[in-house]
Amino acid sequence: MASTEIARQAGEGARAVPLAGHVGFDSMPDQLVNKSVNHGFCFNILCVGETGLGKSTLMDTLFNTKFEGEPTQHNQPGVTLKSNTYELQESNVRLKLTVVNTVGFGDQINKEDSYKSIVEFIDAQFEAYLQEELKIKRTLHSYHDTRIHACLYFIAPTGHSLKSLDLVTMKKLDSKVNIIPIIAKSDAISKSELAKFKIKITSELVSNGVQIYQFPTDDESVAEINSTMNSHLPFAVVGSTEEVKIGNKMVKARQYPWGTVQVENENHCDFVKLREMLIRVNMEDLREQTHTRHYELYRRCKLEEMGFKDTDPDSKPFSLQETYEAKRNEFMGELQKKEEEMRQMFVQRVKEKEAELKEAEKELHEKFDRLKKLHQDEKKKLEEKKKSLDDELNMFKQKKTAAELLQNQAQQAGGSTTLKRDKERKNFF
Amino acid sequence: VSNSSSSTSHVDVFQYYTLPCISLLYKAGGPVVDFSYVGIDAILEQMRRKAMKQGFELNIMVVGQSGLGKSTLMNTLFKSKVSRKSVLATAQEKIPKTIEIKSISHDIEEKGVRMKLTVIDTPGFGDQINNENCWQPIMKFINDQYEAYLQEEININRKKRIPDSRVHCCIYFIPPTGHCLRPLDVEFMRRLSKVVNIVPVIAKADTLTLEERDFFKKKIREELRANGIDVYPQKEFDEDAEDRMINEKIREMIPFAVVGSDQEYQVNGRRLLGRKTKWGTIEVENIAHCEFAYLRDLLIRTHMQNIKDITSSIHYEMYRVRRLNENNTVVTHANGIPEHHLAAHEM
Repeated sequence: MASTEIARQAGEGARAVPLAGHVGFDSMPDQLVNKSVNHGFCFNILCVGETGLGKSTLMDTLFNTKFEGEPTQHNQPGVTLKSNTYELQESNVRLKLTVVNTVGFGDQINKEDSYKSIVEFIDAQFEAYLQEELKIKRTLHSYHDTRIHACLYFIAPTGHSLKSLDLVTMKKLDSKVNIIPIIAKSDAISKSELAKFKIKITSELVSNGVQIYQFPTDDESVAEINSTMNSHLPFAVVGSTEEVKIGNKMVKARQYPWGTVQVENENHCDFVKLREMLIRVNMEDLREQTHTRHYELYRRCKLEEMGFKDTDPDSKPFSLQETYEAKRNEFMGELQKKEEEMRQMFVQRVKEKEAELKEAEKELHEKFDRLKKLHQDEKKKLEEKKKSLDDELNMFKQKKTAAELLQNQAQQAGGSTTLKRDKERKNFF
Repeated sequence: VSNSSSSTSHVDVFQYYTLPCISLLYKAGGPVVDFSYVGIDAILEQMRRKAMKQGFELNIMVVGQSGLGKSTLMNTLFKSKVSRKSVLATAQEKIPKTIEIKSISHDIEEKGVRMKLTVIDTPGFGDQINNENCWQPIMKFINDQYEAYLQEEININRKKRIPDSRVHCCIYFIPPTGHCLRPLDVEFMRRLSKVVNIVPVIAKADTLTLEERDFFKKKIREELRANGIDVYPQKEFDEDAEDRMINEKIREMIPFAVVGSDQEYQVNGRRLLGRKTKWGTIEVENIAHCEFAYLRDLLIRTHMQNIKDITSSIHYEMYRVRRLNENNTVVTHANGIPEHHLAAHEM
C-alpha cells in the first residue's frame, strides 16, 4: 500500500507498513505452539458401525497401543455408546484421546431408532460445551472438550452398495459431525470389486445428499495431498495388532493360508492413507470444523429454540440474560412445586403409617389384656385346685390321725402282752 | 437446562488410561520392531500452519504525558512508523483540552508471519492543570472493547473469528524524575491494573545515571507493592514453577528504563539505532545503555502470547462476569426500573 495514504481509524482498515529491521514477532507461532504444548491437546473419535467390523482393532492399530482389555459385552437391548479416554504422549505432545464406540449398532431387528442414541450423544457433548460457555463464571481454557471431532463410519464389506441403515444414519449425522466413511475388513474384497464398491458408495452418498468430510484444500502446503486423498474416499482399511515377520522386519499384518495382508502396505489397503489424513495432516482442521461449523450450528439452533433472537443490539445482552433468567425461574418454580407435592405426599404417608401403627398398638394392648386375663384365670383355677387338694389332704390327715388313734387304743388293750412276749424273746436271745 | 429423554443410550464415565506411544523399539537380538510412529506430534505443525494463515492481532495502548517519547518508542519497538504522529501528515502539536483516544492499525509482516498491530494513543493524559478522573475515558475505552467482544460472542449468528479489539497491553510512561511515583501515576496504575495488563516504563531514561536509575526503580517497585498494584507479569497468574522463575526475574527488573529512537548512527562500524549527543551516542539496543531490548523481548519475542491469554482469559472474563451479574440485578429489580449503574466503568 502507498505510504502517502492517510491513516484511518482502527476498524475501517489498516495499512501495510514495511519493517526496517528484525522486530521479533515471527516467534508468535512458536509462542502459540508452546502454549498449546503445555496445555495438551484433546481429540475425540466416534466409531460407528455394526458389531464385528473391527472398530476396536482399528483404533488399536491407528494409535499403536492396546486400548481395551477384552471385547465389549453385547447384551444391551438398544444401541449404547461406550466412551473411554486415554492419555497418549509422543515426544513432547500430550494428547487426551477419547474413543467412543457404538455397541449393538445394527444388531436389532427393528433398526429405525438406531441412529437416535448416537445423535443424542453427539448433541449431549455440544450441550455440555454450550452450558460451559454460557456460564457466568467459566473456565473455557481448562475445559475438557468432549465434542466429537471425527466420526469414522464403518461400512460392511459387502461389495455391493450401502445398506439403508448406513444411509439413514449418515444422513442424520452429517450436519453434526465430520464423517469419514471407511470400508471395514476390506481384505474380504478383491481389488476390482473394491474399485466398483467405492464408486458405488460415493455415488450413493452424493445422490442421497450426504455431506461427508472433505479434506481441506485451501492451504497450499497440503492442498495437493488432501485433494488426492479426497478422491480415495472411502478408505478401505484393515486393522491388526498382530505382527508377522516379513523379510527381516516385523510388520502389522493378518496372516492367512493364502497370503499375508500387511496393514501398512499401501498396495494392500488404505490404512496408511487414513492415518495420514486423520492424524498427521488434518487433526487440527477436524477440531476447527467441529468448533466453527458443527458446534456453531448446534448453538444457533439451540438458542433459537430456547427463544433467543438477535434483535436490536441494545437489548441483546439483556434479552439473553432475561430469557435465561425467566426460564431459570420457571424451572425453579417447577422444582419448588414438585418439592411441595413430595412434601405433601410424605406428610400423607406419615399420617397413614401413624394410623396403622396406632391400630397395631391397640391390637397389641388388647392381646396383652387377653393374655393377662387368661393367665389370671389359669392361676385362679390352679389355686382352686390346690385348695381342693389341700382340703383333701387335710381331710386325709384327719382321717389318718383318727385312724391312728383308734389303732393306738386297740393296741393299748393288747399291747402289754406283746411287750412281754418281746421281752421274753429278748431274754431268750 | 435440557431434560434428557429416557433412551436406551448411556455413556460410561470416562476412564483414564495412560499409555505410552513408542516411536521405535529395538527388541534385543531380534529384528528391528518399527512401530512406525503414530504422528500425533504432527499437530504442532498443523497448528503452526493454521496460525500463519490466520495471522495475529495485537493491540497496544500507550499512556503518558506528552513529551515522554511514546510515539518514538512505538516506532522503535516495531521498527517502522506505526505511531499516529508519524502517519498523520499534519501532526497536531497542540495538546488537546480533554483526553482523546486515538487508535491506528497497521498490517505488518515478518518471515511470513502476519500481524495486525493497533496502537492506541491517549493524547492529553496528565496534561491538564486539573487531572482528576483523567483515567475515566481510558477505562471507558478499554471496557468498551470488552463490551464489543462480549456482544459479538453473545450473538446467535456469530462470526467465525471474533475481531479482537481488546487492549492487550498498556504501556505506562513514568517521567524520569528520579524520586518516586507521582500521585497521578499511582492512581492511574491502581485503577487500570485491575482491567488491563500494565507495563510501566521509565521514559527518556537517558537523563538518569545508572545509580539514579536503580534507586528510582527500587522506589517505584516499593510504591507499587505498597499500593497493591499488580503490573504485568502479575504474580497470581504464574502458571507453574518454571513460569514463576522466569517472571520473577522480570519482576525484579521492572519498570524498564527505556530510550527510544528511530534514527540510525554509525557506531564502531555498525549502523545502530541511537540518540547522538555531544557527550556520546546512546545505543538503544545496547543493554548496557538502556533496557529497551528487555522491553522488546518481553512484549514481542517471549510474552506476547501470554499477554493476550491473560487479557482474554482473565481480564475479559472478569468483565464478562461483572457485566452478566449486573444484568441479573437489573432484570430482577422489583419495581422494574433499572438502577443507574455509574460504577460500571468506574472501579
